[in-house]
Amino acid sequence: MRAVRFSVVTAAATVAALTAVTGCAEKSDAKGDGAVQVVAKDDSCEVSKTSIPAGHVELAVENKGSKVTEVYVLFPDDRIVTERENIGPGTRARITAEIKAGTYEIACKPGMKGKGIRQTVEVTGGRSAARSPEMDTAVAGYRTYVQAQADETLPKVKAFTDAVAAGDVEAAKKAYAGSRIGWERTEPVAESFGDIDPKVDVREDGLEDGQKWTGWHRLEKALWQDEKLGAEEKALAPLLLADLTDWQKRVGRAEITPTSMANGAKELLDEVATGKVTGEEERYSHTDLVDFKANVEGAEKSYELLKPIATKNDAALTASLDKQFASLNTLLDTYRADRTSYDFTSYDKVGKADRKKLSDAVNALAEPLSKLAAAVTK
Amino acid sequence: MGPASPGEREPAPSRRALLGWGGAGLALGAAAAGGAVAAVRAGGDPEPAADSGAAVPFHGPHQAGIATAVQDRLHFASFDVTTEDRAELVALLREWTRAAERMTAGHTVGEGAYGGLAESPPDDTGEALGLRPSRLTLTVGFGPSLFARGRFGLDGRRPEALVDLPKFPGDNLDATRSGGDLCVQACADDPQVAVHAIRNLARIGMGRASVRWSQLGFGKTSSTTPDAQTPRNMMGFKDGTRNIAGTDAAALKKHVWVGGSDDAGWMTGGSYLVARRIRMHIETWDRAPLQEQEDIFGRDKGEGAPVGRSAERDEPFLKAMLPTAHVRLAHPDTNDGATILRRGYSFTDGTDGLGRLDAGLFFLAYQRDVRRGFVPVQRSLAAHDALNEYIQHVGSAVFAVPPGVRDKDDWWGRALFS
Repeated sequence: MRAVRFSVVTAAATVAALTAVTGCAEKSDAKGDGAVQVVAKDDSCEVSKTSIPAGHVELAVENKGSKVTEVYVLFPDDRIVTERENIGPGTRARITAEIKAGTYEIACKPGMKGKGIRQTVEVTGGRSAARSPEMDTAVAGYRTYVQAQADETLPKVKAFTDAVAAGDVEAAKKAYAGSRIGWERTEPVAESFGDIDPKVDVREDGLEDGQKWTGWHRLEKALWQDEKLGAEEKALAPLLLADLTDWQKRVGRAEITPTSMANGAKELLDEVATGKVTGEEERYSHTDLVDFKANVEGAEKSYELLKPIATKNDAALTASLDKQFASLNTLLDTYRADRTSYDFTSYDKVGKADRKKLSDAVNALAEPLSKLAAAVTK
Repeated sequence: MGPASPGEREPAPSRRALLGWGGAGLALGAAAAGGAVAAVRAGGDPEPAADSGAAVPFHGPHQAGIATAVQDRLHFASFDVTTEDRAELVALLREWTRAAERMTAGHTVGEGAYGGLAESPPDDTGEALGLRPSRLTLTVGFGPSLFARGRFGLDGRRPEALVDLPKFPGDNLDATRSGGDLCVQACADDPQVAVHAIRNLARIGMGRASVRWSQLGFGKTSSTTPDAQTPRNMMGFKDGTRNIAGTDAAALKKHVWVGGSDDAGWMTGGSYLVARRIRMHIETWDRAPLQEQEDIFGRDKGEGAPVGRSAERDEPFLKAMLPTAHVRLAHPDTNDGATILRRGYSFTDGTDGLGRLDAGLFFLAYQRDVRRGFVPVQRSLAAHDALNEYIQHVGSAVFAVPPGVRDKDDWWGRALFS
């Protein structure tokens, strides 16, 4: 290594020498630490180890190629954890980041173009490293649930989209809320595929510049506000079905951990608190209470699966969660004819004082629910 | 989780630096429990301008935030108790007490705002990190509805002095800004410290108590510090000059603190609070001629002197004022000696949608007996006050404010629930 650096200094002009001197200082810092050595060449990206302890991770990069290169640490979905650009031939660079346990890729991009030459690395340790058999059981149970929700939802979606495509306003209105239940129950998982949610569940005020409005709420507006289905709406129906079929296919492969289940449960209550209690989610159909119930059911499913673990660590918390789930469900039951029906009171008929009671019950549950992840992981 | 001690985990350097302060204050409060009560309390409440960052002792025979020198800012919240379980209500009051002990001393609640488990939300919401205690006081009260039959078994314990206020002429009360089972008055010299306190208590209360209404006050309108200037209200006048001084032990004993021989024993050392949201029609007021403004109050606008006198604190000559003058009607001599301790704050809550500011006075008054305090004074004002053309009472609440928390084992309302 020393020989290489010296050869650079010898061969190059002053500017290169400066770079090399920097490299020298960095090199001496690296001695004795656990830096991962990355040797980037024009056709390879060699990593000294593929299993790295979680926490403060340091990469010592050396560009042995002839092209300027870049080195990235990437999440599996290509989001960037950290990067360093403009690493010249024969020079070194150090990259540091706080990295949590998980699977990542290190990519070298000779010529600073393309997807790069990639190496998979496992970052291990931290709390997620050791997963007990009961945690595996909980995760497996939730994975089954999530897939079942998607499988059961698709026929209901098809009934809805068929009615829209046929221009049958009344049939479409009837099928609308029911077609959303499975999605609402598992929304945090669905949202983890960043590309599906904006196509199927975006509200008009959530559109980004240039984004075309598609999905359930676009059709909701047509059905309840405009009360007619034109050619444009009819064309959106098969699109919604296709996007949700995509969801059904992919949802089983979502990354699920006990922590993400617990946080997902909390997020479902957040959805209720910010979207449903206010009546914003279903502003035309006023079927907010159907979504509300589905969100609570999804949160409760996660909780029930995690409860054996959480009870061992924090029995007071699970006692409080049992109580608050029960009281919220009892309150919700007053808005439907019987406990199996998803025919809930239209939310525009729910007065301000009653909305506050619903909101209080959501807060009462969500506050202890926010402590579930800690009770599961500690 | 097993913290060595809560103090050890204090994450905020500048708040932590004040630990010594809090400790000293607590010791003072404990000493006060022994005797020479009012004097020690008063001694613990320094001149506001001189020490606006300090901690006010939390423990003592009376709750802080009444005789305490009035702080600059207010956040007041009224709560509905949502649990039906008496034990849960008691647990809430105990948890609130412990959190209040910490916050008034400048600490975070629970295990702090950061540094805990990464998977868990922090106990403290964090916005007061780096801020001094700012003379934060937290004062709790119990509304009449808490004593209702069939709720918490308190129907035999409602003090007679905690009356439902009669309807006064001109009242236009909004039910959603009135009443409440519990209240917390947070006063501090830094508004963020006051808001942080209410927010964290509301969070602790979730599932047991829910915020019914709340009110921010941006500027004090009263002084309980003798010789200090009375702050001006939104009408530009000094009002309430003849307030009870926080150092006047005799007046406090006579007019503010509930005595041992009064009707409810558990209230001994406590007080009764009347809160009124008084909207001021400041736009029409601003168009009133100076003479009319001064006649209405019975004071001159510049100095605040009563009619015919030269200084604010000169004894008013009531007969020199119009019979409808505010000072004349509110004066104890007009109301059989009724005297209340005022602690109100000015507010502006945005606009009323008609191009006017929603501004006014959030009136807070403490007294030994509402029937001999606010009620006679307000009867007199509501019937005759010339100011009524420019104001409207739009929110109202009354609370029994229990005695102070004596030490680390005591809690708000212990005497009521024991």
